[in-house]
Amino acid sequence: MATRAIAIEDKKTGEVTEAVYEHPFVVRFCHWLNVISLFVMVGSGLQIFRAFPSFGAKIPEKELINWPKSFALGGWLGGALQWHLTFMWIYLGTGLVYLGYQIFSGNYGQVLFVRRDLPGVWPMVRHYFFFGPKPPAREAYNPLQKQAYTAAIALGALSVITGFAVWKPVQFSWLAWLMGGFHWARLWHFITMWAILAFVFGHLVMVVLHGWNNFLSMLTGWKKDPDYPVE
Amino acid sequence: MVLRTDKSKFRALNRRELLKLTPLVAVGAFAIPRLQEKLLATGLGFSDWASARLFRENHLAPTFADSEVTPFERFPINDYDVDDPEVDFDSWTLTVSGAVQKPGEYTLAQVMQLPKLTQNTKHVCVEGWDVIGSFAGARLSDFLKLIGADTSARFVYVECADDYYESLDMATALHPQSLLCYEMYGRPLTREHGAPLRLTLPTKIGYKQAKYLTDLKITNLLQRVGYWEDQGYSSFYGL
Repeated sequence: MATRAIAIEDKKTGEVTEAVYEHPFVVRFCHWLNVISLFVMVGSGLQIFRAFPSFGAKIPEKELINWPKSFALGGWLGGALQWHLTFMWIYLGTGLVYLGYQIFSGNYGQVLFVRRDLPGVWPMVRHYFFFGPKPPAREAYNPLQKQAYTAAIALGALSVITGFAVWKPVQFSWLAWLMGGFHWARLWHFITMWAILAFVFGHLVMVVLHGWNNFLSMLTGWKKDPDYPVE
Repeated sequence: MVLRTDKSKFRALNRRELLKLTPLVAVGAFAIPRLQEKLLATGLGFSDWASARLFRENHLAPTFADSEVTPFERFPINDYDVDDPEVDFDSWTLTVSGAVQKPGEYTLAQVMQLPKLTQNTKHVCVEGWDVIGSFAGARLSDFLKLIGADTSARFVYVECADDYYESLDMATALHPQSLLCYEMYGRPLTREHGAPLRLTLPTKIGYKQAKYLTDLKITNLLQRVGYWEDQGYSSFYGL
């Protein structure tokens, strides 16, 4: 897909700045809606976890962690389940719309990590850890970013799949079986959440490091002065 | 191909793109206390509707080998009030009412005369823990036949000796693994586990599996759904 580019002319100075339409509307809409859903799903999920904060037996119960109530959403188990079982549909719907859009518009090329990105991984790692020069940017996302976003999307799908195994271990008994039964499905669901949170943390750090202009592009779609060549 | 524009036009373009995101503000309705309760009830209702669609009449819950069963002393005793509501076994009957041809009092002996089924199934608590128990009893569907229940009615409603109450959709009540259970681990049900008669429903969450049954009613209309459901838990909660 050709990237839409624009040349902005400052009439007073005659200076010309380039801008590129990096994030289509559907992607931006899904991104921000997902920020909300993810916040609710994690918050209510942690409140649900508080009801039985263990992955062992009920008798004797060994608490894994006493998660503070102030870092949870819903107030009590029943309330948290209401949030979780409501927003899971929004979360799932957003994910499906996003995936559908990326596939049918061909825009997936922007974030999907493919074989061709492999050689670029190591130079980028060296750059990020301060012992290599910055490799020239060829497209919106560098190979490491693509890897991160592709992993995040896979984790999103995994959170839904493990979630269904926990919610419906009988109707989707094959799914629960695949994960080692209800008991393990619950653990996988929990681990997936932490993996997503780890991504979110890294993502936020990078957003801060890349500054305001980059952040704005997820709101308006347009990025000024892209550091990669535009067609 | 690079289009040309000027600064103010570009700013207007950005503003338009930003405004397109404003429908997201609608989610803020969840933060308004007056709307929140209704919205969450709707969401939970939708989940229950989807649950009922996902339920398959003949899809069996997994069963387990005797070696996988949780030891009896590690099978939790859960209730909302008392472990033992002191049921008088000698005078106990199950009072049957509602849309049935033969309402009245049914004894434990009558339930035990129905074909007996023994199954090792998983008991999943809404809190998140799960155990595998060994249960035996009569199929609820056989009992419904015995009392001449109208199985086109929507619900089976039960009341318990400890004032607990529950309801089941008819499809689940007719499921071949839904039991009127009077034995656990090969022995008569103990008082703590719901003697003399309890529900065992491998396709439902734990709180649906009422203990110390005293009344059973076939109905199309529920005055109350269940002890926990009426406080905000899922009404259907099928597994």
